[in-house]
Amino acid sequence: MRNGPLVITFLVATSLVAMFFIPHHKVQEGQSVLLNWANVVYAFALILGSLTLWVSHQKKVLARAEGWPYSVVTLAALSFVTVAGTVQGVEEGTLVNRYYNMVNSPLASTMFALLAFFIASAAFRAFRARNAEATLLLGTAIVMMIGRVSVGEFLWSGFPPVTEWLLDVPNLAAKRAIALGIGLGAISTALKIILGIDRTYLGRS
Amino acid sequence: MAAKRPSGWAVRLMALDRRVIFVLIFLATALPLLFPVNLPITASPRVKAAFDTVDRLPAGTYVLMSLDYEPDIKAELQPMSIAVLRHCFRKGLKPIVLTLYPAAPGLIERALAIASEAEGKKRNEDFVFLGYKSGSQSVILGLGESIRTMFPRDFWGTPLDDIPMMKGKNSYADFPLVINLSGSAIADYYIRIAATRYQRPMVLGATAVMATDYYPYLSSKQILGLIGGMKGAAEYERLMDITGDARRGMDAQSLIHVTIALLVILGNVALFFTGGLKPGGSGGAREGTGR
Repeated sequence: MRNGPLVITFLVATSLVAMFFIPHHKVQEGQSVLLNWANVVYAFALILGSLTLWVSHQKKVLARAEGWPYSVVTLAALSFVTVAGTVQGVEEGTLVNRYYNMVNSPLASTMFALLAFFIASAAFRAFRARNAEATLLLGTAIVMMIGRVSVGEFLWSGFPPVTEWLLDVPNLAAKRAIALGIGLGAISTALKIILGIDRTYLGRS
Repeated sequence: MAAKRPSGWAVRLMALDRRVIFVLIFLATALPLLFPVNLPITASPRVKAAFDTVDRLPAGTYVLMSLDYEPDIKAELQPMSIAVLRHCFRKGLKPIVLTLYPAAPGLIERALAIASEAEGKKRNEDFVFLGYKSGSQSVILGLGESIRTMFPRDFWGTPLDDIPMMKGKNSYADFPLVINLSGSAIADYYIRIAATRYQRPMVLGATAVMATDYYPYLSSKQILGLIGGMKGAAEYERLMDITGDARRGMDAQSLIHVTIALLVILGNVALFFTGGLKPGGSGGAREGTGR
């Protein structure tokens, strides 16, 4: 029985790999069934995730752990969206829709927009030409920062061709190499799991 | 012999309070939005390729659009969605829109409302919004077999079989073009599954930081065009000859980039005058950590 999960992993993984390459309609129907199962698992994962979120924040509130008022906000938001969404739906004019447009959307945008301030501050303090490599990086970054926006073209018509060359030649070469490396690494990791060499997903090494 | 004392202005600059930088960035963002200068925008070959791919499709062609982003990156991808949707509508194409992000439907509804109103198009006659489905990769795979299995109803609860526009449309094979505007690895799944396995022509839109990751797929022709970030969206708007949020935002983005570049240059000049760039230099003065 110890080998049960390994056998299931091997059979499911090899079947899915084979199904990917076999266009026969019977095989594709089988794949559709597996995909439906996967969607059911995803749906349960959403429920499980919500419950876990509730339990972990509830613990923080009850224990008055550090930052517990934030947990109260999380629990209140979770309850509100779940109840209002279930009762009223999410159509235009409903509470959930208003909450999304007036709270969720502006907050999420604001959080991301704050990055501009921190990036500017960090760049000013950390971006130093201390050696040849750092100087090369710094020079390239400045050319890209100016050349990739409208003002670059306005200042000097040569900026766009220079930035295009940087993107199409050195950048593309590096990206292609990284993509190939990641691809080979992913195949190697998958094979180790499929063949039972890597068993860490079972909770032991 | 006593070491030469670093210049006072350089030391002060090194210790610049970060709140000064925040104010500069705020002004660089706000001023161009309040007083637009409409800086020139030229379309890059990648965006032009995306535009031409959509433009070449004959009227009445169905396009599968997956808009996968949430409010955090709407500044980049929402104007892109509106521009591409308007282009589809203007050309008489029929977009079938879906999302794999739970917080995206609100944004997509807004994009569809703006684009359809601008081009005079109607829901379920000229476009369909399928809504959100959890499962990302398995949904993308499932769309190759049966859209109805993945999305039995549209976002508003209408069964797909009750929407005349959806008649006979049930998998990638029925869509001569797949468009994915994404701020995540969902773009990779679409390239692997829709473009590679199902051999569908595909156009990709991504955030600026992601865009360069997909250049190799352009040269391998797995994607036919790439719209990168707000600049890509602004270029698309330029090709469409419309002025949307992307073109308006590019003035602000330009000034912010210039401000950051100037700050970096000034920081390095100050470091040089304080001896920090000399071999073995200690910096002459402690670099300000800000407050």
